[in-house]
Amino acid sequence: MPDPQAIGLAPASVSTGAGAIASGPRKRKHRYSILTRRDKVVLFLMVGIPTALTIIFIWLPTLASILLSFTNYQGIGGITAANIVGLKNYQFLATGYVLFWPAVAHNLMWLLFFVFIASPIGIFFAVLLDREIRGSRFYQNIFYFPVVLSLAVVGFIWELQYAPDGFIDSALGLTSQNNAIDWLGNPSLNIWAVLVAASWRHVGYIMVLYLAGLKSVDPTLREAAAIDGASEFQSFVRVIFPVMAPINIVIVVVTVIESLRAFDLAFIINQGTNGLELLSTLITNNSISEASLIGFGSSIAVVLLVISLVPIVLYLSRVMGSASE
Amino acid sequence: MTATSMAGGSSRRRIRRGRVVLHAFLITMSLIWIFPLAWCFFTAMRPLSDTILHGYFSWPTTLNFQNFIDGWTNANLGYYYLNTLIVAVPAVIITLILASLVAFALTRVRSRINLFLLMMFTAGNLLPPQVIIVPLYHFYLAIPIPKPLSSNGLLYDQYIGIILIHIVFQVGFCIFVLSNYMRTLPKELNEAALVDGASIFRTYRSVILPLCTPALAALGTLEFTFIYNDFFWALLLIKTGSKRPITSALNNLQGQFFTNYNILAAAALMVAIPTIIVYIALQRQFIRGLTLGSTKG
Repeated sequence: MPDPQAIGLAPASVSTGAGAIASGPRKRKHRYSILTRRDKVVLFLMVGIPTALTIIFIWLPTLASILLSFTNYQGIGGITAANIVGLKNYQFLATGYVLFWPAVAHNLMWLLFFVFIASPIGIFFAVLLDREIRGSRFYQNIFYFPVVLSLAVVGFIWELQYAPDGFIDSALGLTSQNNAIDWLGNPSLNIWAVLVAASWRHVGYIMVLYLAGLKSVDPTLREAAAIDGASEFQSFVRVIFPVMAPINIVIVVVTVIESLRAFDLAFIINQGTNGLELLSTLITNNSISEASLIGFGSSIAVVLLVISLVPIVLYLSRVMGSASE
Repeated sequence: MTATSMAGGSSRRRIRRGRVVLHAFLITMSLIWIFPLAWCFFTAMRPLSDTILHGYFSWPTTLNFQNFIDGWTNANLGYYYLNTLIVAVPAVIITLILASLVAFALTRVRSRINLFLLMMFTAGNLLPPQVIIVPLYHFYLAIPIPKPLSSNGLLYDQYIGIILIHIVFQVGFCIFVLSNYMRTLPKELNEAALVDGASIFRTYRSVILPLCTPALAALGTLEFTFIYNDFFWALLLIKTGSKRPITSALNNLQGQFFTNYNILAAAALMVAIPTIIVYIALQRQFIRGLTLGSTKG
């Protein structure tokens, strides 16, 4: 983790970096003291341009979201002191806005469904396919192919299954006249229907990540466990799973972030309304589509930001910490 | 002797039985997995008149590709594919160039801010896009862009705006992957180039970059499908329907043909085809790209 001083230096970061190279022998010993002035300028530009773009188009809007969340700005004219409303948006979110807690609940359901059902299935497939069995590659391709599809396509493919005269109702013998189940229209059912569709894609993604991790596990570990008389299940739980710790963290982070980012499927099915409210769809529905409640929408964005920081920080501290060595 | 051989035989038999169960399970799961796509294809192959008469859950009387032809011409899909290419090709190329430059500089020069920069880029990539969309939308309406790059003088509703946000969002992931990759290259390469008097840019261009071809190929494949599949940015940052890339255009088609699921199914499949082709043709790159990001090196 960087120390606070390093964070303070952030905006001037690149020049500091180049400066450190310039003052070679006096500061730390530097291997590349032979860099010319021109080289330093080139290095500065190499890092500087992408850094500037990221700051301007990601971190500045993030900061703006935070600041706007304390206003009642509606996008017309400038922001004046009169626009500042303090924590009112958050107060209204928690107590007055009827869609907020359902959206939180849906995001949470999404997360739990991914964590306890979709990701474990992906891991299970990976463990099955990691052994030398005939056709392993073929099975991998089948489970993996939904991952390359756009969520817009995934959404449509599943609409064909869920529609009142689609596959599922027809297979169950239900027709529009005969109490068909409206999988996507029923506000207490549709979130589950969407979660199944989302998992169809998530499982393959997790499977591939986990397979890559399993390939890197020392095969002698498994042999040793087998010699000690461990069953395959025991050897996975006691030996393989623990040594996969770095990948397990990646899986957790990917799963959490995917659940927080969920947007496309809900939007394609009904714009994220009527049982499919998510934090992400509330933001766009309040601030960009019909309404223009920029301040209020920003407060939802800040809630999403704060929750997202948990997996992001976990990821950065674990994965980057070891990657930087 | 007999005891051990018998035990061996029965365990071998048990293993064989285990294999049969395993394959039966995997085949069942594969069928379940492939079914939604197969159903979509089945629907797309049937004329609307057939499904109106007999329902979607019925034995087909005719199967043909007419819906694909109609979908292609009525929905003008060729045009939207072109929109996607206009966005995806420059976005992928510029993302890879910028990311390789940063990764090179960060792995080459040891400095205390390197880790911080790497974190800033990676965190930016992990952030849900919805966190920044509201201010970004207004930035896009406010930042002036000169004429040749933008037909309305803004970033909003322009190819350049959508290319830019893809670059900004994807560059973090690519930097992370490429810097991990470059770290595995021998350090002596840099030093040898420097001793030979090569400038820093030449070292990048003629020594390091060629060695990164496998990683760049993997990332290029992955990024192309990421950007091709994007729905969110195009939906919110492009207003004009005719400028939308193909994936978000599919959403408009749903409004246009909402009574004709058969044509929609054909259109959805056609939208999916390029990514499926990329995956089949460049499978190794694709999976490599995906796993490069999670496992080191």
